[in-house]
Amino acid sequence: MKIRLEKSLAQNKTSQIVVPVVAVFLALLFCGVFLAVTGRDPFEVYQAMFAGALGSEYGISETIVKMIPLALCGLGIAVAFRMQIWNIGAEGQFYMGACWATWVPLTFPNLPFLVMLPFMIFMAALGGGLWGLLAGWFKTKWQVSETITTLMMNYIAILWVSYLVYGSWRDPKGLNFPLTAPFPDAALIPTFGALRVHYGIFAVLLLAVIFWLFFKGSKWGYETLVIGSNPVAARYAGIDIRKNVLLVMFISGAISGFAGMVEVSGIVGRLQPGISPGYGYTAISVAWLARLHPIAIVIVAFLFAIIHVGGFMIQTMGIPSAAATMLQGAILFFVVGSEILTQYEIKFSNKEEVQDE
Amino acid sequence: MEVTPLIRMRNIVKKFPGVVANDQVNLDLYAGQIHALLGENGSGKSTLMSILSGLYRPTEGTIEIQGEEKRINSPSDALANGIGMVHQHFKLIESFTVAENIALSQTSGSVLISEEEIVEEITRLGEKYGLLVDPRAYVWQLSVGEKQRVEILRMLYNDSKVLILDEPTAVLTPQETRELFSNLRNMADNGCAVVFISHKLNEVEELADQITVLRNGRVTGSIGRSEINQTRLIEMMIGRDIITAYEKSEPSDKEPVLVIDNISALNDMNTLGLDGITFKVRAGEIYGIAGVSGNGQRELAEVLAGLRHTLSGSVKFYGEEVVGLSPKEIIGRGISYVPEDRLGMGLVPKLNSCDNVILKEYNSEKFSKGHFLKRDAAIAETQRIVREFDVKMGSIFQPVKMMSGGNLQKLLLGREIASKPKLMIVLYPVRGLDIGAIESVHKLLLQMKENNTAIILVSEELEEIAKLADRVGVIFSGKILGEFPVKEMDTEKIGALMAGIVGNGGAKA
Repeated sequence: MKIRLEKSLAQNKTSQIVVPVVAVFLALLFCGVFLAVTGRDPFEVYQAMFAGALGSEYGISETIVKMIPLALCGLGIAVAFRMQIWNIGAEGQFYMGACWATWVPLTFPNLPFLVMLPFMIFMAALGGGLWGLLAGWFKTKWQVSETITTLMMNYIAILWVSYLVYGSWRDPKGLNFPLTAPFPDAALIPTFGALRVHYGIFAVLLLAVIFWLFFKGSKWGYETLVIGSNPVAARYAGIDIRKNVLLVMFISGAISGFAGMVEVSGIVGRLQPGISPGYGYTAISVAWLARLHPIAIVIVAFLFAIIHVGGFMIQTMGIPSAAATMLQGAILFFVVGSEILTQYEIKFSNKEEVQDE
Repeated sequence: MEVTPLIRMRNIVKKFPGVVANDQVNLDLYAGQIHALLGENGSGKSTLMSILSGLYRPTEGTIEIQGEEKRINSPSDALANGIGMVHQHFKLIESFTVAENIALSQTSGSVLISEEEIVEEITRLGEKYGLLVDPRAYVWQLSVGEKQRVEILRMLYNDSKVLILDEPTAVLTPQETRELFSNLRNMADNGCAVVFISHKLNEVEELADQITVLRNGRVTGSIGRSEINQTRLIEMMIGRDIITAYEKSEPSDKEPVLVIDNISALNDMNTLGLDGITFKVRAGEIYGIAGVSGNGQRELAEVLAGLRHTLSGSVKFYGEEVVGLSPKEIIGRGISYVPEDRLGMGLVPKLNSCDNVILKEYNSEKFSKGHFLKRDAAIAETQRIVREFDVKMGSIFQPVKMMSGGNLQKLLLGREIASKPKLMIVLYPVRGLDIGAIESVHKLLLQMKENNTAIILVSEELEEIAKLADRVGVIFSGKILGEFPVKEMDTEKIGALMAGIVGNGGAKA
């Protein structure tokens, strides 16, 4: 008897929901076995993770704090990925956005709140956007693979921020630490009471809904979908591919740049190295797991934030926080691995057959 | 004494969903012979050879190798039986060396392979057959012609006795083609059976010992070297019987609306694809372009659709120059192009029918308002097209890649007709369709003609042109070699022109 995969003719809506959910459980099971082998009770560990991330006001606040940059970068990435533009430079665009936004309070520390914040948002979007656009321009001009350029430009952006905070932007009163001066209050996104969670969450929800509407029903959303699915047909239909590559790279970078501004303005309160623990990379997994659907991105980002914060919490049990990274990796592995089941059906047959292509 | 053929294919039938690609095909291949398989695109040549090389399994029929019936289940089976094929798209690993690529395909021997031995063997084979290539060079460093030599060497290395080459000259320069031909002759002289798939008459004439012609999946004739006659081959390729034309009216306008003047353009290989092409079309006229495919038909259509740059010449449409306009502007002028590659260019396979129906008009007021699309209008229009053109599908919300060829074509034509074009360029509209679908596609084109649309119909079937067109132009090597009213069409003369023979003397153009 032979087992083979056959391309299923009808797209199965339920399998598109059920398969990823089952895959997440398989990932939990897989890591559970790992924990059990190393002598922990997996139920206890998982319970501690979820209790840590969701069981208290503080936990929920921290979870949302992590979710905000993941969701924003995820949205930015999804814009590009939908058009099969592989922008993996969200991390660099995030740093560039943070950097350009920081320039505003450093240069004009006395601006009022209502001018300061919008100006910072504008500069962040411009900085991240131009950083993305540069890679897009290389692609349209010389057909340079954006996967390579965006990846390389991440390092440039990260080191550029280091250069500034170790150099001309270093706070003279900062005891020689590589930090800029703290932002004035007018440059800080307000928080909910004494918690760290800030109003940036509204931007996440608003942008998710806007992208959802645009992806679903706008001319531009349609154009990018056609280009992503069949560039030859797009050209045939008179769609300007070049313009869209540039536009999409700019928007994609601008959103990640905005995420960088939200982080420095909402959480850190100054620019310093290491403002992102790899949000821009994790967000690639987030966008992919959410199948580039904006609302799903917010949900998956929340899930990843739970794992992240939970992983931090279980350190008190003597488990390294790398366990959380492992769980994230396992989820990605199982979900992507099982994706084939939403497109193919498993067939059992007795006959030996040559598969026609 | 009768010689046993090296390969004997008997009554081969291959059915794909909705299409019969090979129908009761017989083919004998002999050692020492170069056998050409001639036929238009889609006539079943490649399918037949894919069966022999183990990629496909025949629906019916048998294959004998040296008189013994064999089942060939996979390409490695075929290789083990001494059958090798060079595909149109080379199957080499660019970042490996020539020797490494050849070692990969080795069917026998131990797990450990000595690079020295392989290099020596490649050099020996290369010298014997004149296939010179550096065994230690990386594949990415090689020219297209050299890559092809590597593919051939790979077959020889595996002791293949039957060498199949699928349109090997399509990617070669004339110089490389000549070298290839002498190498192939060399191999035949050394006892190989060479199969050469082509749709180029002059090449076949130059090289082949035996020619088998396929048309619509059937063998329409097989002739030896001594009987080669280009006009006869053309007839076998495109059919001779002229069926009575449809009832159609004379175009009322006398003035041409489309004037193509001396257009030259490059093809994808950067050689001259269109070489000063000139003709005129009137409103309400169907202008048929007859010719063996690959003589500039696609390039012409792409120039008219704004998808290909021209080197020189002009195209006036209703008095205005359209060369240099963007595809979008050309769509706006009412020029519609129905490409031959339905899923590759005309439609987006992953998207559903609604999204495909609005492909060229999503920007118009009909389907959009401000930045947003009018979903309801798209659905209504799709339902209308589906009803009016009798498109059969599961649901209009299913990806179109799940539809059959005939229905895809009806959806594509339906979309183009619904846009009420003033000029339609239609390439091979009935290729791969069944009789019922052919009939309805033809009716649609005639209806467009009645609505005073100018139509350029590119076809490989003279029969189709005779049925539909008012005038016919014969394209060869990027030029219109002759033009006739369809009523005065003479198959023999057109056949000769399609082979590039101008005038009575038979001089080549």
